Amino acid sequence: MTPLFTAPDDVRARLAAAGYLADGAIATTVFLADALGKPLLVEGPAGVGKTELAKAVAVAAGADLVRLQCYEGLDEARALYEWNYKKQLLRIHAARAADAWDATHDDIFSEEFLLERPLLRAIRRTEPTVLLIDETDKADVEVEGLLLEVLSDFQVTIPELGTVTAARRPFVVLTSNATRELSEALKRRCLYLHLNYPAPEREREIVLAQVPGIEETLATKLVQLVDTLRALEIKKPPSIAETIDWARTLLALGLDDLDERAVSATLGVVLKHVSDHERALKELDVAS
Amino acid sequence: MSLLDRHAGFVAALRGAGLPVSPVEGIDAVRAIALVDLADREGLRAAYAGTVVKSPAHRPAFDTLFELWFPPVMGEAVEAGDAFEATEARESVEGMEGVAPRPGRDPALDALRDRLAGLLAAGDEAGLRALARTAVARYGTAPAAPGRQSWFSYSVLRALSPETLMARLLREVLAGLERGGMAERVARQTLTMRIAAFEDMVVADVRRRIAEESGLDRIARASVRPPLDQVDFLRATRDDLAALRRAVHPLARRLGTRLAARRRRGHRGRLDFRRTVRASLSTGGVPLVTHHRPPRPHRPELVVICDVSSSVAAFAHFTLLLTFALREQFAKVRAFAFVDTVDEITRFFAPGVDVVDAMTRLAAEADVVRLGGRTNYGRAIEAFAERYAGAVGPDTSLLILGDARSNYGPLATPTLTALADRVRHAYWLNPEPRADWDTGDSAASTYGEIVPMRECRNVAQLTEFIQTIG
Repeated sequence: MTPLFTAPDDVRARLAAAGYLADGAIATTVFLADALGKPLLVEGPAGVGKTELAKAVAVAAGADLVRLQCYEGLDEARALYEWNYKKQLLRIHAARAADAWDATHDDIFSEEFLLERPLLRAIRRTEPTVLLIDETDKADVEVEGLLLEVLSDFQVTIPELGTVTAARRPFVVLTSNATRELSEALKRRCLYLHLNYPAPEREREIVLAQVPGIEETLATKLVQLVDTLRALEIKKPPSIAETIDWARTLLALGLDDLDERAVSATLGVVLKHVSDHERALKELDVAS
Repeated sequence: MSLLDRHAGFVAALRGAGLPVSPVEGIDAVRAIALVDLADREGLRAAYAGTVVKSPAHRPAFDTLFELWFPPVMGEAVEAGDAFEATEARESVEGMEGVAPRPGRDPALDALRDRLAGLLAAGDEAGLRALARTAVARYGTAPAAPGRQSWFSYSVLRALSPETLMARLLREVLAGLERGGMAERVARQTLTMRIAAFEDMVVADVRRRIAEESGLDRIARASVRPPLDQVDFLRATRDDLAALRRAVHPLARRLGTRLAARRRRGHRGRLDFRRTVRASLSTGGVPLVTHHRPPRPHRPELVVICDVSSSVAAFAHFTLLLTFALREQFAKVRAFAFVDTVDEITRFFAPGVDVVDAMTRLAAEADVVRLGGRTNYGRAIEAFAERYAGAVGPDTSLLILGDARSNYGPLATPTLTALADRVRHAYWLNPEPRADWDTGDSAASTYGEIVPMRECRNVAQLTEFIQTIG
């Protein structure tokens, strides 16, 4: 298997070209996950760019993205594979008594009647692939057991067809919002990356890259203010996505300075609880 | 020490600090190290962090230990630009035996403070780190025994006193702008964080030097703080409490999902005949899959009675915040607080209320002290039974929070027995370690016979308890 990247700096440069500004830790961990052939578990609060990271890795590596969105009640049939039951029934009806049962039996459990789901598709692909398993914490605990098998050996056993082994190991990214603790067994098999709110300098770069046309001084002021908001005791600290929304809002309204008036008019873009809103206005000394 | 020995020692220290590093993860770490550039210290840190730290709660302990095992420099580590200053530093240390340096008297110190101010204003992290090393070399040392030195961060921070630079820094940063208002708040916050980071750098450098003097293991054990969910409520510092309050909502969300998931899994509801027959049409009339009505969730009503006297207030506040953040999981939550008399405090926790406000209003407005302010469990229980008897009924879970220390006062056991008999379940959470129960004025076992009492010293124990009642 040929690795996708050659060095942490290579990761960084190519992610930047794909529009994702990684810091040193992100670049090194992505590089290691690729070089060691291990899945990468990305955890962190909502809106810090976990899913974006997977997409950017796909673009940077020139790979296709296969996405498995987890939700409560996700099962094997939705994650791995399923037999196309209706088509099989049709086949049996069409065959009638003309064919021998054995022939029909072999026939209806062949490739033609198999419905590929994301995990199987990612394993069978021969081109470079990034498999994104999004919001792993939303899925039930049983799904983790399923993932363990797939992620440690990169193979799937289908009783009627035999074992399918990965032709080319996909680069796997699992994301989690930590609404529940993932099992130790799963964590042990993954490299772990905790994404947090970025340092002000990096967030400023992100804003400048994502919101073309914004003045540098305004961007600096904006990220400092967001940083201050995050230090307050509030229910939901603003995410990077919300910082970017705020920058766009300011730009759209033609506000070129972030003064008290502008803040009290647009704070709703970043703070979405009434109590958070009031606390921020109080702590920042802004009369609403 | 070879790299492998250092790795083994580091992993052992991580385990000692409570990180569950499995052998496989240790091997992964070695594989990862082989792939990164060892000269790049942050790359090495990322390689270790990615392979052995699998929970953000363990990250602070990891960082502390990493600083010790893989220090950025060894010994004096004089950088090119600092050569002159370091010699000067040693001279100035020798010259002022026993005299505490104070800003304004020592020109070398003033020069250092000027540089610190400049670096803080610019937010230059590398510069601050170098300055921290210079400052520790200059002001952090005291001869302990012949040929040995001991190191202190306190004397460094007192000499530099970075907080006193705040006024001057604000003046510089806000040059030309009017004082007060939002700009100042934001600048103040930014500077406060940079100063805190600088203080951490000083502490880290002092630890590194102590480790060089007296060995890694001892200092490692002394300098790692327990992860947040293991912090003892009764010993929590102010920073711990702020961090705990901030953790309430994520924790409540996590607990809520777990409780809801368990309820769903628990028992399936009655067969939904219509949906089952409808689904069977697509399988030729054979009901392959049965459908069920969603089960009716059992949601207990929760009544919390908590001791808010100063000795256990931190515990009571945190538990209250958590129960109210979890209110969707209960049919109804009512809370009562007491010191020597009891008052209903549910009103302070209306949905969407600000955490800090709730705590301040609780302290200021709740009518919980009538006589002298000494905790009196007996009087409080009698008052509760008299005034709020309607709050508890056969569907209620009663939760009592307190250390059962009644200052040798009355205990009102018959009233409590009557209350406990009326409710569905009753629990008592005691924030004291079990070994301290029944010492002094503690009536833990007397109350424990009426209401089952559990030790609840930290967040881990509290979450475990909440899962059993949800």
